[in-house]
Amino acid sequence: MSFAKINDDILRTLHAPGPLWYAGILLAISALAVGAFAFLHQAQTGLGVAGYEHPILWSIYITNFVFWVGIAHSGTLISAVLFLFRARWRTAVSRSAEAMTVFAVATAGLFPILHLGRPWFFYWLIPYPNERQLWVNFRSPLVWDLFAITTYLTVSALFLYLGLMPDIAAARDKVKDWRRRIYRLLALGWLGTSRQWRHYTALYGFFAALATPLVISVHSIVSWDFAMAILPGWHSTIFAPYFVAGAIFSGTAMVITLLIPMRRIFRLETYITVHHFENLSKLMLTTSLIVGYAYVVEFFVAWYSGSPFEQGTFYDRMFGQYWVYSWVMVTCNTVLPLLLFVKAVRTSLTALFILSIFVNIGMWLERYVIIVTSLSHDFDPANWSGIYQPTWVEAAITVGSFGMFFTLFLLFIKNFPSVSITEMKETMGQAAEVGPGGASQEPV
Amino acid sequence: MAAQVTVLGVFDHGRQAALGARAIVDGDLGKVVAYSPVPDHDLDQALHVTVSPVRLFVLIGGLLGCATGFLFPIYTVLDWPMITGGKPLISIPPFVVIAFELTILFGAIGGMVGFLLMARLPRLTGKPAPDERFSNDMTGIKVLCTPKEAAAVRACLERTGAREIRD
Repeated sequence: MSFAKINDDILRTLHAPGPLWYAGILLAISALAVGAFAFLHQAQTGLGVAGYEHPILWSIYITNFVFWVGIAHSGTLISAVLFLFRARWRTAVSRSAEAMTVFAVATAGLFPILHLGRPWFFYWLIPYPNERQLWVNFRSPLVWDLFAITTYLTVSALFLYLGLMPDIAAARDKVKDWRRRIYRLLALGWLGTSRQWRHYTALYGFFAALATPLVISVHSIVSWDFAMAILPGWHSTIFAPYFVAGAIFSGTAMVITLLIPMRRIFRLETYITVHHFENLSKLMLTTSLIVGYAYVVEFFVAWYSGSPFEQGTFYDRMFGQYWVYSWVMVTCNTVLPLLLFVKAVRTSLTALFILSIFVNIGMWLERYVIIVTSLSHDFDPANWSGIYQPTWVEAAITVGSFGMFFTLFLLFIKNFPSVSITEMKETMGQAAEVGPGGASQEPV
Repeated sequence: MAAQVTVLGVFDHGRQAALGARAIVDGDLGKVVAYSPVPDHDLDQALHVTVSPVRLFVLIGGLLGCATGFLFPIYTVLDWPMITGGKPLISIPPFVVIAFELTILFGAIGGMVGFLLMARLPRLTGKPAPDERFSNDMTGIKVLCTPKEAAAVRACLERTGAREIRD
């Protein structure tokens, strides 16, 4: 496949998309508006409208926070970890995954702020000399979160931008409409000289090397928000690896959810092939097995601990008031993904799309179950009665967060190359050079 | 110093361009700048490209971040001593989290700064690449040489398969 064809095919996605894209963006912006309205209502009225009541003072917002941070993780895994392992199949999906990472972290970052009683004072978390003459408490997991999420957002955004730079330059030299000026600005004057490529490839490798431990640390720190507390169901050393595996699992499911429609909207079937989806589904299956193992170990640790509170919490989780959520979670995250052992399922895009939706639901419920069931079954039996029901404000803000994520993602894929032109030229171009007659179009 | 002229060769393939660049560099015929749509190791070898110093920026940024991650929390707890959770004021384990994150943050920012400096970016007002096809499918060799050497440069570019040669 020639470089020119790759260039033309991918830059074609910057032109008018089909009705499916417009329907998607309309739906996403509407959802975002619903969330914005609910937030304004909450800011005006107070956190009471979010249903916060003793003992459940963390619920949907923190569930959403962990869910969206988790979604981000697969992006870094695909863009950075698979890059370090030289898994060439990542090329077709890495750009969307990197963009997904940035937008998911940005969405996640809003939730600790929404969770604050006075969200307009969120900057009090930042350690700076102030008139209150106080510093932040660096021993608090909330402050760790601030550092972890800020670092993750910054590094992911830089990584995405670096990868985009040569592609934006290609768009600058090809697109003739008003966006050319914006691309020129964003390309920073990229020329593609051997000097620039030398530094580019060096930094890309370093970013991948830095992002790999970062991705593990971020979700470990998010898990420590819980594990640092002594609450039964939370205070466990397994939390960090358990959360990291769950994050990659849910993120891979979201990549599949996003890529299947994107491939159809922009007619990218030549570049994003069934082979890529099969590899993603293998990744999803592997992480599902790790998550399933973590579920079993959690119960084993509760039983082996000999602590009646720990055992009571886990018994309650599966057979108490919240049993429906727990069993749906187990079914979606550990039972249904077993279908991926069948090649026909792995290579059927319809089946994969449906399965990825179930995994998204299951992983959202996992966070909900961890948070709500543990808080509702603490050391005080007086707290054990009653069932937590989310309010309309929480539901609307959750819908709004999906709206924000999809709005950003849809705008991105419409205005920037959604597949890396440079990497595609490197891999498919190389394949063409060595292929029979120099015209190989085999997926890489 | 004699007046300099520019000769530009446009190639279909990076490999041919690398041969042309190597011939010009080895013959000491002028200063070569190569343009390509993808990183090209053949071109790097032909131009005797060395390891990028961006790694030093990443290292310095990382070390600075690590030091900041420990020293800043220590400074704050000494500036306003307040025992929380019955822990010592200078509690190293929680500060490791901050230091770890800042090591990566400063390392990444340092790397980006190094990249921009080394790649001489941003250049918002300078000349664009001599041909827009260099970001698409063509590889270019621009040679800055004396008028006397220009004929030899053109011959080199032609011999190695340049599709177009222009001044």
